[in-house]
Amino acid sequence: MSGVPLTHIIIVSSLLFFIGAYGFLTRRNLIAMLMSVELMLNSVNINFIAFNKYLFPDNLDGLVYTIFIIAIAAAEAAVAIAIIINLFRNTRSIDAEDADQLKN
Amino acid sequence: MLNEFLILMKQELLLCIILFITLILKISDNENSPRNWAGIVNSLLLINFLAGFILPTTGELFNGMYKVTELMIFEKNMLNLGLLVVSLMAHPCIKTHKHLPEFYMLIISTLIGMFFMISSGNLLLFYVGLELSTIPMAALANFNLNKSSSSEAGMKMILSSAFSSALLLMGVSFIYGTTGSFSFVQITSQLDNNALQVFAFVLLFTGFAFKLSVVPFHFWTADVYEGAPVPVAAYLSVVSKAAVAFVFITVLYKVFGTMANIWYVLLFLTSVLTIGIGNIFAVRQENIKRFLAFSSIAQVGFILVGISSGTQAGEASMIYFLLIYLFSNLGAFGVVNVVSSMSGKENISDYKGFYKTNPALSWFLTISLFSLAGVPPTAGFFGKLFLLTSGASTGNYLLVGYAAINMIVSMYYYLRIVKAIFMDENAMPIANIKAGIIPGIAIAICVIGILVTGFAGGVYNYIYSLSSGI
Repeated sequence: MSGVPLTHIIIVSSLLFFIGAYGFLTRRNLIAMLMSVELMLNSVNINFIAFNKYLFPDNLDGLVYTIFIIAIAAAEAAVAIAIIINLFRNTRSIDAEDADQLKN
Repeated sequence: MLNEFLILMKQELLLCIILFITLILKISDNENSPRNWAGIVNSLLLINFLAGFILPTTGELFNGMYKVTELMIFEKNMLNLGLLVVSLMAHPCIKTHKHLPEFYMLIISTLIGMFFMISSGNLLLFYVGLELSTIPMAALANFNLNKSSSSEAGMKMILSSAFSSALLLMGVSFIYGTTGSFSFVQITSQLDNNALQVFAFVLLFTGFAFKLSVVPFHFWTADVYEGAPVPVAAYLSVVSKAAVAFVFITVLYKVFGTMANIWYVLLFLTSVLTIGIGNIFAVRQENIKRFLAFSSIAQVGFILVGISSGTQAGEASMIYFLLIYLFSNLGAFGVVNVVSSMSGKENISDYKGFYKTNPALSWFLTISLFSLAGVPPTAGFFGKLFLLTSGASTGNYLLVGYAAINMIVSMYYYLRIVKAIFMDENAMPIANIKAGIIPGIAIAICVIGILVTGFAGGVYNYIYSLSSGI
């Protein structure tokens, strides 16, 4: 374990996080927005694993947290996709711009 | 050990049992002879609420990951009461619904999540509880499967909550990186307020701000309240918000107590924005559900003023205010729900001449609105008084004065509805509504609560004795 320093991994995960945030704020396709959020959650996972491996290698807290995040993100994606499918049945579109009934 | 586990976690375990009972009832249901679902579940929830007062034991489990204090038992009893009132309120529109058991399963699982979140002494349990309380909420917002506005509300809720939990998790990951632990006690002892920890705290604060619908993270609130079924909007605005506020104050005071000067600035800025924008937008709403959404945003701003003091009075006044807010907002939503489910009308202009046809409901709605506005004889006045007094203890009279002026602005839009009900002429007022006995009980509980919590001084003293400052 000499090659990659911790800062490089943090840079990658921060980039991934901001790419995800940018995608969430600019994409108008609901599935793409969901994918962007997943990207953000994955960047958090990279962070946890890197911190655990490099800074606190004697316990497994970070890894356990990562497993929980993956499981909960899967549950979240399942509910979100179910809602998006239901929205598609009602409006025939998965574009966020078309879901504009609730505006004032 | 097992006994300790059963007794300490009894409130969560009881809710889990009710969840499984609804599941079994659902599986064994016979399409041809539908049961009296609502009656069974309501009586179970009533038992659950009463059982919350039995055996109030305090202690810790799993190395401090899960802990119970007297204050937490009180908070959980409050949330149980909120769920019971929402369930009674939902009775007319839900009793014949095909998916009634699913409604209760989802709503009870959100409450279990909130309980674990309140009792958490560790960021892992906190995160799991938070997600358990928000993911089913999105499914509930989409409960009217055939209405596109309802699925739009669900979509907005799940996407914004996923985004906010991603921000919150990024904050958690940096806190882990700098302290090496998830336990609240160890994090507190490891904090040295370096730049990365401050950044992590701001991300964490943002995550909370989303769930509490603090401006500038409030965009989902009005849309979700308008699109979701009325009982779900009521539950979201009261129970869900109160649970997050309880954890928020624990995190601010107990975990990040050493960063008090940093979060004071954040609370100051967000409370000024929240009160102002909540009020400005509430003035121009025509739909009563959207109106209540913006009024609840403004109420959260007052809560932020109260907790910015960081004292024992700050925590006590927040919990006292949330208790009053539970009664007042559920009372208002209760009347709106009865009107909406019987006549389908949700605009403020539809309420013109409401007093002529429905004097009792008009009075209930008026008392609730007065309490939300903070007019003296009702409890809402005392709630806001204690919040602002606690906010004034830091010596920042600018903020308190601003909040007090905004209370007067808020009088305008609450009284606008009262004026529509009592004074405006309308050729076609809403016809006389038979609310039925069960939603009537829900509204009566709220009105009694509004009147009693204001005058019974013991309530505030009791909460004060349980609270603690930084």
